[in-house]
Amino acid sequence: MSKYIKDRTPQIVTIGEDQHDLACEKKSVAGSVSQRACVFCGSRVVLYPIADALHIVHGPIGCAAYTWDIRGAMSSGPQLHRLSFSTDLREKDVVFGGEKKLYSALTELIEAYKPKAVFVYSTCIVGVIGDDVEAVARQLTKETGVEVIPVMSEGFKGTKKDGYKAACDALMTLVGTDDDYVAPKYSINILGDFNLAGELWILSEYYKKIGVEIIACLTGDGRIEQVRRCHKASLNVVQCSGSMMHVAKEMKDKYDIPFKKVSYFGIEDMSDALYEVAQHFNDPELMANARALVSEELAKLIPALQPYRQKLEGKKAAIYVGGAFKAISLVKALRLLGMQTVVVGSQTGNKDDYNLLSKICDKGTVIVDDSNPNELSDFVKQTGADLFIGGVKERPIAYKLGLGFCDHNHERKEALAGYVGMLNFAKEVYASCMSPVWKFIEK
Amino acid sequence: MADKIPVLKERKNFVATRNACKVCSPLGGSIAYKGIKGCVPVIHGGQGCATYIRRYLISHYKEPVDIASSNFSEESTIFGGEANLSAAIQNVITQYKPEVVGVCTTCLAETIGDDIGQALRNYKAANADDKSIPEFVYSSTPSYQGSHMDGFHETVAAITKTFATKVELNEKVNIFPGFLSTEDLRMLKDILEDFEIDYIMIPDYSETLDNPVWDTYHRIPDGGTSVEDLKMMGGAKASIEFGPVLNRGNLAGRVKNKDLALTGAEYLEKEFGVKKFGINIPVGITQSDELFEILSDISGKDIPKKYTMERGRLIDAYADGHKYVFGKKAVVYGEEDLVIAMTSFLDEIGVEVILAASGGNSGILKNEIEKCAPVHGKTTEVLGDLDFEKINELCIDMKPDFIIGNSKGYYIARELNIPIIRVGFPIHDRIGGSRLKHIAYKGAQENFDKICNAMMEYKQENSEVGYKYI
Ligand code: SF4
Ligand code: SF4
Repeated sequence: MSKYIKDRTPQIVTIGEDQHDLACEKKSVAGSVSQRACVFCGSRVVLYPIADALHIVHGPIGCAAYTWDIRGAMSSGPQLHRLSFSTDLREKDVVFGGEKKLYSALTELIEAYKPKAVFVYSTCIVGVIGDDVEAVARQLTKETGVEVIPVMSEGFKGTKKDGYKAACDALMTLVGTDDDYVAPKYSINILGDFNLAGELWILSEYYKKIGVEIIACLTGDGRIEQVRRCHKASLNVVQCSGSMMHVAKEMKDKYDIPFKKVSYFGIEDMSDALYEVAQHFNDPELMANARALVSEELAKLIPALQPYRQKLEGKKAAIYVGGAFKAISLVKALRLLGMQTVVVGSQTGNKDDYNLLSKICDKGTVIVDDSNPNELSDFVKQTGADLFIGGVKERPIAYKLGLGFCDHNHERKEALAGYVGMLNFAKEVYASCMSPVWKFIEK
Repeated sequence: MADKIPVLKERKNFVATRNACKVCSPLGGSIAYKGIKGCVPVIHGGQGCATYIRRYLISHYKEPVDIASSNFSEESTIFGGEANLSAAIQNVITQYKPEVVGVCTTCLAETIGDDIGQALRNYKAANADDKSIPEFVYSSTPSYQGSHMDGFHETVAAITKTFATKVELNEKVNIFPGFLSTEDLRMLKDILEDFEIDYIMIPDYSETLDNPVWDTYHRIPDGGTSVEDLKMMGGAKASIEFGPVLNRGNLAGRVKNKDLALTGAEYLEKEFGVKKFGINIPVGITQSDELFEILSDISGKDIPKKYTMERGRLIDAYADGHKYVFGKKAVVYGEEDLVIAMTSFLDEIGVEVILAASGGNSGILKNEIEKCAPVHGKTTEVLGDLDFEKINELCIDMKPDFIIGNSKGYYIARELNIPIIRVGFPIHDRIGGSRLKHIAYKGAQENFDKICNAMMEYKQENSEVGYKYI
C-alpha cells in the first residue's frame, strides 16, 4: 500500500490478507489531512448538550465560530447552549494575557444570562500564553455564586479522546454536589447519548415503559442539577462511543455504581440494552416488560423493514465514523438490511473495538484507524461500495464518486437510535442507494 | 415545549463575542490557496483548526476540500513547530504530488513565534537535489489579527509577492476579484473572455471548489491559476481589484505591526508599475457599469451586445418590480466589501438599508457606504466588529422588512418572522451556495428577483385573502 503515507500502513488492515494487528490510539501523522479534530473538539462535543449552562470558548474566534450551533443535540427546555460565546482574543490580549478579558467577559455574561453553571474551554493559544484559567474560574465562582468550571481542552495536548477526558473531568466536579436527592427504586443514568434529533426521548420512553427511571443523561438534554445528583442512580448505562467511559469508571470507583456498555443502534443492540438493564435490577416484572416491549416493537418494525431489505439485499457499505463502537452496531444494522460492510473505520477506536470488528466482518473487509480522504476514496473504489456512512467531511467524497451517503454523525437531524431509528436508518439508506441519479455517474 | 433561544431584554455591549459574525483567518487563506493550480494548503498549527475549517468549507461548497495540518503536539509548542511543518510538507508531497504548497499560520504558530520563511528555506536546502520539490508560498494569518477576510487578502498578497517578478510587458490583465462565489468567478471569466482579455485571476477557485463528478478521486482538483501565469503578473498591462476594504479589516485592532501590507494590486503597481483600477465589488447596475467601462477601456472594445442586453433587461425588471421593494427596510451583514456592494445595490433599487453590519473592523465602512449609497447612505447605521447577537438585538429594535447576508443570520429572521435573502458565505442551510450569483447584471437580476419575490411571498402568506394574482 505504498501510495499511502508509510507511517500509516500499520493503521490499515484487510481481513484475510494482512497479518499485523491494527495499530490505533496514535496521534495523527502531520500532513495527512486527518478527519479528526482536536482535544477541544472532543470536550465541546461532550459538554455542548448541557442546555442550561453557558459555554464560553476562551481563545481567538475560530474555535468558537466553527462550533456554533452545528449539532443536532436537542433540549426540551432551555436553549442557552445554542449561543456561542467567545473571548475572541485579539493581538493585545495575546501579548498582554487574556485573563482580564475572560474575567470581565464572564462577569457580564453571568449577570445577563443567569446560567446554572459555566464551562470555560481553554484552546491552544491559552495554553501557550499561560492564562491561569483555573484561578479566574475560582474567583468568579466565589464572586457570583455560579459554578464556573474550566475545561482544559487545549487542542494540541492530545487527540479528541483526551478532550473527552477533559470534559469528563469537568463533569466530575459537579457530580455528587446534590446529596439531598432521593432516587426512585429503579433508576439509571444514561451516559454518552447526546439527544441528537431527540434520540434520548425515544430511549427514555422505552426505559419508562419497562419501569426504570432516568435520573440524568450525560449529556443529552442535560441540566446542571441532574448532573449534580446523578450519583444517586443504581446503574450507569454507557453508550459506548468511548466519550463517557471516564465518568462511568470514576463513578464506579467513587460511588460504587456499576456500569454497562450498550448501543442503541440496530435491533439486536437496542434490545440488549433493554434486557441488560432489566436483568441488572433482577425483577421479573421488569424483564417481562422489556420482553413485551421488544416483541411489540419488532412486530411493527420487521414487516416495515421488509420492502427496504428486498431492494437493498446484496449492496455493499463503507463505514467511517467517530467511535468504533458505533461502527460495530452499524455493521450489524446493515446486515439486518441484507447489506455487507466492505470498509469500516473510526477516528478513535481502540484495540478491543478493532478486534471485535475483524471478528464480525467478512474476509476482504478493510479496517482502518484515523483515515483520510485519499485512503477512504481508494478503499471505496477498490471494494465497490454502494453506500458510505460517515460525517459531513466524508459526504462529498461519496457523492463525487457516485455513492449513496448516510450521515451518522453529530450533525445529523434524523433520529437513528431505537426501533424507530432503525426504520429511519433503513429509509435513509434506501433513499440514498436507490436514487436514480447515480445512473448518470460512470463507475 | 422547548424554550426559545434566550434574547436579552436589556441592551448593552459585551466584552465577549456572542455568535461571531466572522470566522478565522486561515480559512480565508486556504480558500485563496485553492485558487492556485496544483496547490495544497497546509495549516500550520493544531489539528483542530484545519479540520474545523475543512468542515466549514465542505458544508458550504459541498465538495471535498483537502487541507493538511502540521498537527502541533505539546513538544512543538515548546521547541517550535518546524519539525512538524517539514513532516507535514513531506507527507503532502508523497500523497498529493502538488505543484505548490501554500502554508498559512494559526494563532498558535504565530504566538510561539515560528519563522515559516526560514523553515521553508531549510526544507528546500535539505531537499535541494529533489527535482520534484514544489513551489512554496506562505502567509501569516493569525486570527487574533483579523477575520477570514484578512486571511484571504493577506494570502492573495503573499501569492502575488512570491511569484510576481520583473518580466517583459505583456498583454495580460490581473484580476483580483476578492472573495466571490465560484459562480461569480465563472461569470467574471466569461465576461473577460467576451472582451477578449487575456487575464490572470488571483485566486481562481471557480473549478477547484466546484467540481463536476469524478470517475476516479482527484487528489488535487483540476483548475486554478498556474504558477506560470502568476509569474507574468509583473508585466501585465493593468490590474483590477474589487473592494475598498480588502486587507484593512483589522486595522483598528493591531498592536505590534501597525503598517498595512500592500494588497496584491498595490504591490504590483508599486514594484512594477502595473496600473491599478480599484472598484467596489460590482453588485447592481451602478457598480457593474464601472466594471464594464474599465474593461472596455482596457481592451479597447465596445461592451458586447450580450451585456447591454442583460443590462437592458435588468432595468426593465427594475421597472416591473420597483413598487414591491420601494421603501422597504433592510439589514445587511457579512464581510465589509460585500456589505458595501450590497448596500449600494439596495440603495439603487429603492430599499433603505437601516443597518450595515460586519464582523470586520476596518473603520472605513461608514465612509464607503456614504459614498456608494447616495439615497440613504448618510442615515444608515454602520457598525463594524459586530457579532450576530448584537445584530439580532438591533433587528428586534429596528424592525427591518428583510435581512440579507449569509445563512448564519437565519435564526434572526426566523424569530422576527421576516424573509432572509441568502447571499455570500457561508450558506450552510441550503444547497447551491457556490452557485449564487452576486456580480454583474446577472447577479443583480437574480438578487432583485429574489428580493421582490420574498416581499410578495411575505405579503401573500400574511394576507387574509391569499391572492394568487399579484
Ligand atoms: S482562531 Fe486561531 S486557533 Fe482558533 S481555529 Fe482559527 S486559527 Fe485555529
Ligand atoms: S486552536 Fe487548538 S483548540 Fe482551537 S481548533 Fe485549533 S487545535 Fe483546536
